Amino acid sequence: MEEKVLVEVKDLKKYFKTTKGMLHAVDGVNFQIKKGTTLGVVGESGCGKSTLGRLLLHLHESTGGQIIYDGVDITGYDEKQMHEVRKKMQMIFQDPQASLDPRKSVKDLIGEPLKNYKVCKTKDEYEKKVKEIMETVGLAERYAESYSHELDGGRRQRIGIGRALAMNPEFIVCDEPVSALDVSIQAQVLNLLMDLQDDKGLTYIFITHDLSVVKHISHEIVVMYLGQCVEYAKTDALFKNPMHPYTRGLLDAVPIPSLTGKKLSTEVMKGELTSPIEPKPGCRFAQRCPHATDKCRGKDIPLREIEPGHFVACTLFEK
Amino acid sequence: MNRKSAFQKIKNSRVVRVIFARKSVVFCLVVLLLLILAAIFAPIVAPYDPYKQDLKGMLQGMGPKHIFGTDAMGRDVLTRIIYGGRVSFTVGLVSVLIAGTIGMILGLIAGMAGGIVDAVIMRFMDAMMSVPMIIMALFLGSIFGKGLGNICLAIGISMIPSYARVTRGQVLTVREMDYVTAGTLCGASKLKNTISHIFPNCVSSNIVLMTMNLGNAILNEAALSFLGMGINPPTASWGSMVNDGYKYMGTNAVIAIAPGLFIMITVLCFNMVGDALRDAMDPKLRGTLGKKGKGKKGKKG
Repeated sequence: MEEKVLVEVKDLKKYFKTTKGMLHAVDGVNFQIKKGTTLGVVGESGCGKSTLGRLLLHLHESTGGQIIYDGVDITGYDEKQMHEVRKKMQMIFQDPQASLDPRKSVKDLIGEPLKNYKVCKTKDEYEKKVKEIMETVGLAERYAESYSHELDGGRRQRIGIGRALAMNPEFIVCDEPVSALDVSIQAQVLNLLMDLQDDKGLTYIFITHDLSVVKHISHEIVVMYLGQCVEYAKTDALFKNPMHPYTRGLLDAVPIPSLTGKKLSTEVMKGELTSPIEPKPGCRFAQRCPHATDKCRGKDIPLREIEPGHFVACTLFEK
Repeated sequence: MNRKSAFQKIKNSRVVRVIFARKSVVFCLVVLLLLILAAIFAPIVAPYDPYKQDLKGMLQGMGPKHIFGTDAMGRDVLTRIIYGGRVSFTVGLVSVLIAGTIGMILGLIAGMAGGIVDAVIMRFMDAMMSVPMIIMALFLGSIFGKGLGNICLAIGISMIPSYARVTRGQVLTVREMDYVTAGTLCGASKLKNTISHIFPNCVSSNIVLMTMNLGNAILNEAALSFLGMGINPPTASWGSMVNDGYKYMGTNAVIAIAPGLFIMITVLCFNMVGDALRDAMDPKLRGTLGKKGKGKKGKKG
């Protein structure tokens, strides 16, 4: 595995204006993704995971912070500059049905980036390339003239992956690419993504709320809570030794199928996400946290390296 | 591509297949085709001269010599209906095309640009809409003057707001769809995205509106003619024939009813075809409507 950092995010912020005040969707997130690895982003609904993914691709303008891609700060890029960057950065959407134009055939959908970026000089070359991509993502040639609604969810998502791959990108934002699929298809799509990573050395940021999926595919994991990163570690370390109470709560909530153990973990998180609109300073999880003390409220808790490579934002580990 | 394969392609295209799968639609198309052909070849088809007056034989009822009788000037009603089709079809098609094209473009611009541009365009459309279509057409007609072209223009412009409104509404929905975002990611510029993703997904409701308006346009032309803003008198149009004939409803109703019937049939046929066209253009319905063909490879799991 190369140690080169492909994507780096520094103190990234995105606030949305609402009638009630500023909604802090992403609030000071930091991470690095090394080339050829996968960063998993987990968190419950509404914690800003998808916004984070879209920020990386400039589908939203960030409010603050920096996005550094391959050593270049792309934060202030305009549409024209992003047009070039998007050859290298692509996205796979959550809902393959909604992200595919119902009026375009599979062939046209997959070929769209090729046309827009004028990759192919001749028509034959174009047709060949489309066929190649369809083969790569495991779509039979007979589907070339079909429309997305005629196919099942797994095949639709393969079209989505094919479109993302068409330009031979280096980095792909996977925004819950398997959560709309049923379990057997999930496995197929995940394996496809992992095979593609091995073949092409792709770098992923994999956004999901499904811990078993993220464990399967990620090298490192960011746990998000209300727009903030609460824990950031290697996958093994995080699953073996979850430190932040929120991460522990998430892991406790995963049911363990076992023949002998009838009783599952009893510690279930209580309460709901607090409002992300104008949040008070201090740990955002404090209201639901069983270990919360006065130290947790009043001022923001920074992310600290507790063990090498294992970052946690929690007062429990203050020395 | 040679000509034969191009023809095959059209024959096999889903839109054509779906439309021809419905017998009633095929029937309507045949009727419309006959009416249009009759209008085009009127001098050959029509039994008499539409302008030749025969004051001795005026106001005849239905009979073997004059199928729909003669009007107050003794002119053959059937002949005038055939000639009148020229005006009615021209006004219908041209004005709807004018309205549809301009309306859709305005709606697209308003929906895509948003902000002040949107507000200006749409408030202007609202203002136009607040005036009844016929008054609008009358007003425009009085500016442009008489004549076929001017009538098309007047009726066309008066119908623009509904297209702009429908299109804008569609654009606002469609532009938020994930596939438009996906288009941006695939390197499509805003213009490209609008043309290849947003516009095609906004067209189908406009097509229905167009076919409905075809009938309206024909009726509006009739009303304008009646009010003296339309076609100059000796020229026949269905609307003006109804208006000339209604005075004799009590004595010789067929003079008014016959052209009215043709208006009705035409409008009805256009509406039926429009409905079918909308269904055919909706890719989600294709599999269920076209009887033979690729529809069968649907969902598997």
